[in-house]
Amino acid sequence: MDNVITHPHTHETAVAAEHHHQALPQHRHHFETEEQQREAASFGMWLFLLTEIMFFGGMFFAYLLYRNWYYDAFVAASNQLSIPLGAFNTVVLIGSGFFMALGVWAAEVKKKGLLVLFLVITTILGAIFLGVKADEYHEKWEKHHIPGAHFDVSEFVNPHAFGLKETPLAPDMAQRTQVFFFLYFAMTGMHALHMIIGIGILFWLTWRAHFGEFTSGYVAPIENFGLYWHFVDIVWLFLFPLLYLINRHPV
Amino acid sequence: MSATSSTILNLPDQSTATLPKKNYINAEHGLLSWLFTGDHKRIAMLYLISITFFFFIGGAFAGLIRLELLTPQPDLVASDTYNKFFTMHGIIMIFLFLVPSVPATLGNFLIPIMLGAKDLAFPKINLLSWYLYMAGGTFTLAALVLGGVDTGWTFTTPLSTHYLNTHVITAATAIFIAGFSSIFTGLNFIVTIHRMRAPGMTWFRMPLFVWSNYAASLLMVLGTPVLAIAIVLVALERTFGIGVFDPTKGGDPLLFQHLFWFYSHPAVYIMILPGMGVISEVISTFSRKRVFGYTAVAFSSVAIALFGFFVWEHHMFIMGVSNYSALVFSLLTMLVAVPSAIKIFNWAFTLQQGSITFETPMLYAFGFLGLFTIGGLTGVFLGSLGMDIHLTETYFIVAHFHFVMVGGMLMAFLSGIHFWWPKMTGRMYPESLSKLAAVVTFIGFNLTFLPQFILGYLGMPRRYHAYPPEFQVLNVLSTAGATVLGVGYLLPMLYLAWSLKYGAIAGNNPWQATGLEWQIQSPPLTENFIEVPIVDHEAYDYEWLAHKTQHEVTTVG
Ligand code: HEM
Ligand SMILES: [Cu+2]
Repeated sequence: MDNVITHPHTHETAVAAEHHHQALPQHRHHFETEEQQREAASFGMWLFLLTEIMFFGGMFFAYLLYRNWYYDAFVAASNQLSIPLGAFNTVVLIGSGFFMALGVWAAEVKKKGLLVLFLVITTILGAIFLGVKADEYHEKWEKHHIPGAHFDVSEFVNPHAFGLKETPLAPDMAQRTQVFFFLYFAMTGMHALHMIIGIGILFWLTWRAHFGEFTSGYVAPIENFGLYWHFVDIVWLFLFPLLYLINRHPV
Repeated sequence: MSATSSTILNLPDQSTATLPKKNYINAEHGLLSWLFTGDHKRIAMLYLISITFFFFIGGAFAGLIRLELLTPQPDLVASDTYNKFFTMHGIIMIFLFLVPSVPATLGNFLIPIMLGAKDLAFPKINLLSWYLYMAGGTFTLAALVLGGVDTGWTFTTPLSTHYLNTHVITAATAIFIAGFSSIFTGLNFIVTIHRMRAPGMTWFRMPLFVWSNYAASLLMVLGTPVLAIAIVLVALERTFGIGVFDPTKGGDPLLFQHLFWFYSHPAVYIMILPGMGVISEVISTFSRKRVFGYTAVAFSSVAIALFGFFVWEHHMFIMGVSNYSALVFSLLTMLVAVPSAIKIFNWAFTLQQGSITFETPMLYAFGFLGLFTIGGLTGVFLGSLGMDIHLTETYFIVAHFHFVMVGGMLMAFLSGIHFWWPKMTGRMYPESLSKLAAVVTFIGFNLTFLPQFILGYLGMPRRYHAYPPEFQVLNVLSTAGATVLGVGYLLPMLYLAWSLKYGAIAGNNPWQATGLEWQIQSPPLTENFIEVPIVDHEAYDYEWLAHKTQHEVTTVG
């Protein structure tokens, strides 16, 4: 083989393969090296998150469009959301992201006890977030702000009767608040679903971490889950201002 | 071994030839070893079987549609049943056949081998994709058995969300799940192409089949989630009766159109790009030439993929979008024709310089060239605003997309299946029968869909089960053509199945082709290569093939 012009990356991995054959048990047979396996897994995760961005992107697109059209309805409806609860949840979620990052670090420096601890804290904070969310949903239910058959617009048509200082909306504009709440539930619901799945995976990771699986050099699952969890954080960092904060009028 | 003359079937002597003792098919035994396999080649075969199954269900509905349209009167079925027919036909053909066809079968089988890898990057996710596909298929059949769906495959709102009492949610679930199957396939391909190439397999040494699947994968990964969310919103709206898409409640049906076509226009390229990859391989092999303008063909795939995201609104010209945006989208639509034309011209140049032979895959490839060109040109008609307003929602549209997708993609699929059949199974199919099938398919296709251009131009609307009597002659022609076409599709089914047992042993490289897949045994070993191949030549390098000595290439065990 004379004129071999090899691609730098793949050539390196092929060479590395020769020096590197005491594979970890997690090494899959079809990868030449563990490095290649790890890169593939993380690249795959990034791509998956890209699809997630497109997935949420559809809803953000809808939100911005309707917000533009039904501005007054959106403002009035977003005033119904509780900023303190939303802000509290934001802090909780950022905290969980912080502990997840610490977890990745613990796995990398091979500290099993710390890894398990950080995963547990991440899980607890995630659960608190979901609990608060459930409480918010419940409140919407009681006020008949769940879109669909029992939706009640009287609070928007005649806010003063409810002790609110809002400007009343015309009945048809008040109906448009349904669109806001629909998007609110669709977006936060989809976000919560991601968190529920994430917590499920966290249980599983914690269990495996407990047996030392990720503290012997095989950190890819923790790293990739970390990416996922940060993605969930970041989506919330867009949802919170869009749904709760922008253009509220002083109450 | 010289490869200068025309292709000779390089068949070993029948009496002594046997399949390799060890290959991926006999590596393990029993149904379970297939259902839990991680081998990309076995998963490709699982896909091939299931996709063929769904193709025939979709085809049966096509038959029913044509049967109803044989006469101007609505005599076979009532209108709502007819609606269910074309909806099922469309859903199955698009989501369960065309989208996965080439990537999930040929792509799965070949991409790792073409790159010199042992498998795709994520074998378990690959298997998961197949299960998701099957789950999606099951939901589709459930929607059918429960009573059908009559929205058309486009699920147009608010029709689908408020006014129809059929199994929209079941069908939506089906598409949502099948969508994830295609997202995971695309993701797996992209990671594999980036990370699993053998030493020396640079980007510009990759076969064009890999390039085109790469481009299609980008579309799958970026477009499909948008369809998924559109479908989720439809299901939610239907369940809770609220109004994101319902104008009476402040919603906007156009929003659905935007989301839907943002996926579904690129989806036609998800369908057609992998087929174009097949055509590049086949044309190169049977004209013994490197594809003319290799780099341009490679980049045009990516260009098609990217442009494809900016033209969706041409499906909405008559829906009250602003004139200004309609104009912009009309121009953008024309632009997409450029990279497609680059491909066509480069194939033509390749052919012109090559020494051509007409094996069965090549016949199908020629069918592709002719039919896809007609489909593409009529697409330019439709992209121009004025014409579109006259022709949209008529049979002209039906003819146009069947030329592109059936004349284009299905021809490419059949071309590819015939081309790689010897590699996948180790056996040849009967030559003359397969050539006959290719010709019958071509004739049947034209007889079916050419009359529909005229019908559409004369004003016959699509999705109606009755029509004015003056349209009958053309409709009878079309139905007759569909019958011929049906025969054209059945033939390969039969002789390919036959060849599994009785076909001549194919040998490693019956077409004297250059790709890595032809340098290993047929059918391949489970891990494809005994040792990682080192690539030191361009794709389609026939000089290299002529000079290579046997031991340079890692092959038979
Ligand atoms: C024997 C072959 C075929 C015949 C006779 C046939 C015929 C038809 C007819 C009559 C329609 C209805 C158009 C309308 O309702 O306006 C239709 C729609 C459609 N066909 Fe086919 N078809 C055939 C094969 C295929 C194949 C192989 C595919 C895909 C691979 C396909 C994809 C579609 C799609 C996507 C639609 C759209 C349905 C809609 O308008 O909503 N067809 N076909
Ligand atoms: Cu389009």
